[in-house]
Amino acid sequence: MKRLPAGQRHMVQLTLNGKPCRGEAEPRMLLTDFLRHQIGATGTHVGCEHGVCGACTIEIDGHLVRACLMLAVQADGCALRTVEGLAPAPDRLSVLQAAFKRNHALQCGFCTAGILMSLDIFLRENREPSEQAIRDLLTGHLCRCTGYTPIMRAALEAAAEMAGGSSGEESDA
Amino acid sequence: MKPAAFDYVRAEHLDEALEVLRREGGDARVIAGGQSLMPMLNMRLAQPKTLIDIMRLGALARIERKGGTVTVGAGVRQAALLAWPELHQALPLAVLALPWTGHVQTRSRGTVCGSIAHADPSAELPLVLCALGGEVHLRSAKRRRRLAAKDFFVGMMATNRADDELIEAVSFLASQRCCAFREVARRHGDFAIVACAAVATEEGARLAIGGVADRPVTREFPRLEASALDDALNAFACDLDARDDVHATARYRRDLVRLIGADLVREVLR
Repeated sequence: MKRLPAGQRHMVQLTLNGKPCRGEAEPRMLLTDFLRHQIGATGTHVGCEHGVCGACTIEIDGHLVRACLMLAVQADGCALRTVEGLAPAPDRLSVLQAAFKRNHALQCGFCTAGILMSLDIFLRENREPSEQAIRDLLTGHLCRCTGYTPIMRAALEAAAEMAGGSSGEESDA
Repeated sequence: MKPAAFDYVRAEHLDEALEVLRREGGDARVIAGGQSLMPMLNMRLAQPKTLIDIMRLGALARIERKGGTVTVGAGVRQAALLAWPELHQALPLAVLALPWTGHVQTRSRGTVCGSIAHADPSAELPLVLCALGGEVHLRSAKRRRRLAAKDFFVGMMATNRADDELIEAVSFLASQRCCAFREVARRHGDFAIVACAAVATEEGARLAIGGVADRPVTREFPRLEASALDDALNAFACDLDARDDVHATARYRRDLVRLIGADLVREVLR
């Protein structure tokens, strides 16, 4: 049994987008705040802080997770993937990101990091997704700019492109 | 908001978690997937002095089917139950209801027992447990006991769990009988305005309603003629003591109970 006392900082070590990283966290520190303030990875956004809006959705050990509903100390030893890990290179977008750009699937961009993470995992696991399945997935995210229609279009386009397989996982858009 | 300060305890054996609960009782809370408790902590509706994490206890992450019972351990995530190969055959009602529990993004972490421990009156898993006549397996350092679902839930987010107890597992009676589930919410995955489950029984149908009373409520309906069924459903809807809130009026909720209730009872008795 391990007891981490309140009010003291404890070392948290994890893998973020393939790279080992570490920082200190009090037990009460949310994973979102740990990523943004301790690590400096500000791509993950903080919206409602009670699991409703989906802005902070990231991938942990292969699963989609609301980073605001997890403590930093719970992520010790886990492998995390965030929006910073999506682009194949600093000057290149992923297929999904490029489809978002082409289709104007974002305006203010606040919700986008979370939506990209959900769709990234989903499209990897579902090579020929139905429109309904994508809609179900998107119920876990709130977007107040787009009305979702361009997001649907971008997701379907990215799915078609990934199914075609010609350009693999990368795009020069 | 951010949670108030607490000690974080990562239990590696069940006995350790039980011992902390014995010593600290009402000041400690057990956290599993955290999809109900973390929002409570963030909004400071819950301010425990100690948080006991049980998710590293591998023994609790089991689903077991024995005889006519499916036992789901406290570490089993909702997504894991939904992906369990025997679910369609053993618990068809859960197949219908689980996709309504939160979203993909929360079912990946939220546990079955955690949702039941939280006892939100509009939640689907407590409703399924009541509809199938399940049991909650409670354990403390001193004893083990089982409570029938109807005796476990006592009010809004209130249960008969004692301060020194944790939910070790819940068990559902496996049922291949015809069942149906329907829910009305503002958005798929939101809190149910009305959630309704029906299961065929020897004498007729059992209807369970969530989101209306302060806990899931079940009632048995014999096979009735159409008008008699409508009368019986009307009485049931009125007995649920619906309240107005920001999402729906009490009258709308009663309407939904009558309409959906009639549909589902007919569906399972067809």
